[in-house]
Amino acid sequence: MAQHAAKGARFQAVTANRLSDGEVVYFSADNCWVESFTDADIADGAEAADALLARAMPDDFEAHVLEPYLFEVLEADNFYKPASVRETIRAAGPTVRLDLGKQAEVKAE
Amino acid sequence: MYRYDEFDHKLVADRVNQFRGQVARRVSGALSEDQFKPLRLMNGVYLQLHAYMLRVAIPYGTLRSEQMRMLAHIARKYDRGYGHFTTRQNIQYNWPALDKIPDLLDELASVEMHAIQTSGNCIRNVTSDQYAGAIEGETEDPRIVSEIIRQWSTFHPEFTYLPRKFKIAVTAHKHDRAAIKLHDIGIVVKQNDAGEIGYEVHVGGGQGRTPFVAKKMTDFVPKAKLLAYLEAVMRVYNMLGRRDNSYKARIKILVHETGEEEMRRVVEEEFAKIDASNMLTVPQEEIDRISAYFAPPAFDSAPAESATFAQAQADNADFARFVRANVVAHKQDGYAIVNISLKPIGGVPGDATDAQMDVIADLAERYSHDEVRVTHEQNLVLPHVKLDDVKTVYDTLATHDLATANLGLISDQIACPGLDYCNLANARSIPLAQEISERFADLDRQYDIGELKIKISGCINACGHHHVGHIGILGVDKKGTEFYQISLGGAADENAAIGQITGRAFTEEDIVDAIETLVTTYTDLRADGERFIDTYNRVGMAPFKERLYD
Repeated sequence: MAQHAAKGARFQAVTANRLSDGEVVYFSADNCWVESFTDADIADGAEAADALLARAMPDDFEAHVLEPYLFEVLEADNFYKPASVRETIRAAGPTVRLDLGKQAEVKAE
Repeated sequence: MYRYDEFDHKLVADRVNQFRGQVARRVSGALSEDQFKPLRLMNGVYLQLHAYMLRVAIPYGTLRSEQMRMLAHIARKYDRGYGHFTTRQNIQYNWPALDKIPDLLDELASVEMHAIQTSGNCIRNVTSDQYAGAIEGETEDPRIVSEIIRQWSTFHPEFTYLPRKFKIAVTAHKHDRAAIKLHDIGIVVKQNDAGEIGYEVHVGGGQGRTPFVAKKMTDFVPKAKLLAYLEAVMRVYNMLGRRDNSYKARIKILVHETGEEEMRRVVEEEFAKIDASNMLTVPQEEIDRISAYFAPPAFDSAPAESATFAQAQADNADFARFVRANVVAHKQDGYAIVNISLKPIGGVPGDATDAQMDVIADLAERYSHDEVRVTHEQNLVLPHVKLDDVKTVYDTLATHDLATANLGLISDQIACPGLDYCNLANARSIPLAQEISERFADLDRQYDIGELKIKISGCINACGHHHVGHIGILGVDKKGTEFYQISLGGAADENAAIGQITGRAFTEEDIVDAIETLVTTYTDLRADGERFIDTYNRVGMAPFKERLYD
């Protein structure tokens, strides 16, 4: 599997897949799992990232999501985006099927 | 074709019910993910990047029309309107919800299909030649022994927890279309000097991180003894195969580390014990029973040539191209094998929509004795079409974007799902296949280039068979960015070979130009009648490398 987070990454977010349907989800500032990357809580620094991951994994997390992990996020002009191709694709959908995945839902709104 | 008996039906129905209970317990929280994961994998359910993925077995790549229709129905009802045919003659659905999978499996079972042993460290779907029972020159229909192996290996209690997954392929023809030497066990159905039919067995082939061409373990196993021999190979592997390191757990590593001679000796020793017990000698009546399912269909008597077929080619240049590239001679006079390319220019290799699957099911029912085949090169086949009907079949295919006349050509590429879908991938495969296909879209240029097999994998697991592409492409990840490494000289046929890496990897922007450079190098250097692989084998790596990195 590709590396999720580069060592020394400043900004990180937590993602997982939802148990019921496998949908990609992100852990939010409101301590819940959301479908859109734009609603993900962003941790600044290693300590904040560890704390974010700990918040995302209470004792009963497995009832909702699978294998939460941290991944690197880049910041530019107050916008955040996933650093890797892998996480960019997870956040949007297959690059070969723009009619599928989250990108299709955004388009339809 | 084989039909389930009462045992098959009960076995599959019981398994669906069992999995339904396991899913319910997972959703309720009674099972943890660690407990559930091996159970879902045993039923073909993976978790990929965007969703769950279900892999459905298509034994030896053979489907009836009603089964193809069911695959279309499942794509429509439980997925997003399409399916992906794989290099192991299976189909994968990319978006099913976990809690709906038991219902899906119930519907699948109604047409004698399932997803059992499509994942996990067990004996996987047995694959075979897509032209089985249709091509001239077969020793016998390879699906007979494939079905015997399927029954023996399904839920085999001794081989449910092997060191790693285990794949078996069978051919009965001198031209290997099943890539048997790249499997854990590859079987060639052959006839000995006494006229008896038996099996040549190759062991220890495979791709992935450490590719090997299989070694011939035995030249001839008599028909009734094959299961005893396979059991011996499996038992040796199960006992001696490494379990401490998953990268070194496949039988190819065991054969390599043990040595071919020693491996042969221990297998023969085990075989002698099993054979002496007579427990696995297949009774002739059982062989006859299964053979009957694969009896040739009731072909009409027809002349070898068809004036209708010839005239249609004379009248329609596109149809003539289709015949040239996609239609293969049948063993029965008056019939043809019609290949359906799932590689339209710019399309996703191996994908078919629910509507396309329905169309193919209808064509098979009406024109191909109810049969469809899936190829390991991610295409489909109508195996028994009357010459007089080929044009009608073509017309219908053409109206559904299924008549691309590119079989075996540069745009007929194998590509794994890659980073667009796969949780293990390091780089995307499909967009690259699409770009190459668009670069070489001109069919006249493709015919001029001739047979050229490009195979693309998005990671070292090699689901896209890059090791055995005439041109292989491997996607690699460098600090979150995609790069592509090229290898040359691989082959998956009877002259199986592992390709050699050319050198440093190319960026996403440069890789298609690099492929173009390789193609023009070949066309500059080729002698009369040489395919890309022939030229490469004659001139070697140096001229290609020189032009590539000039």
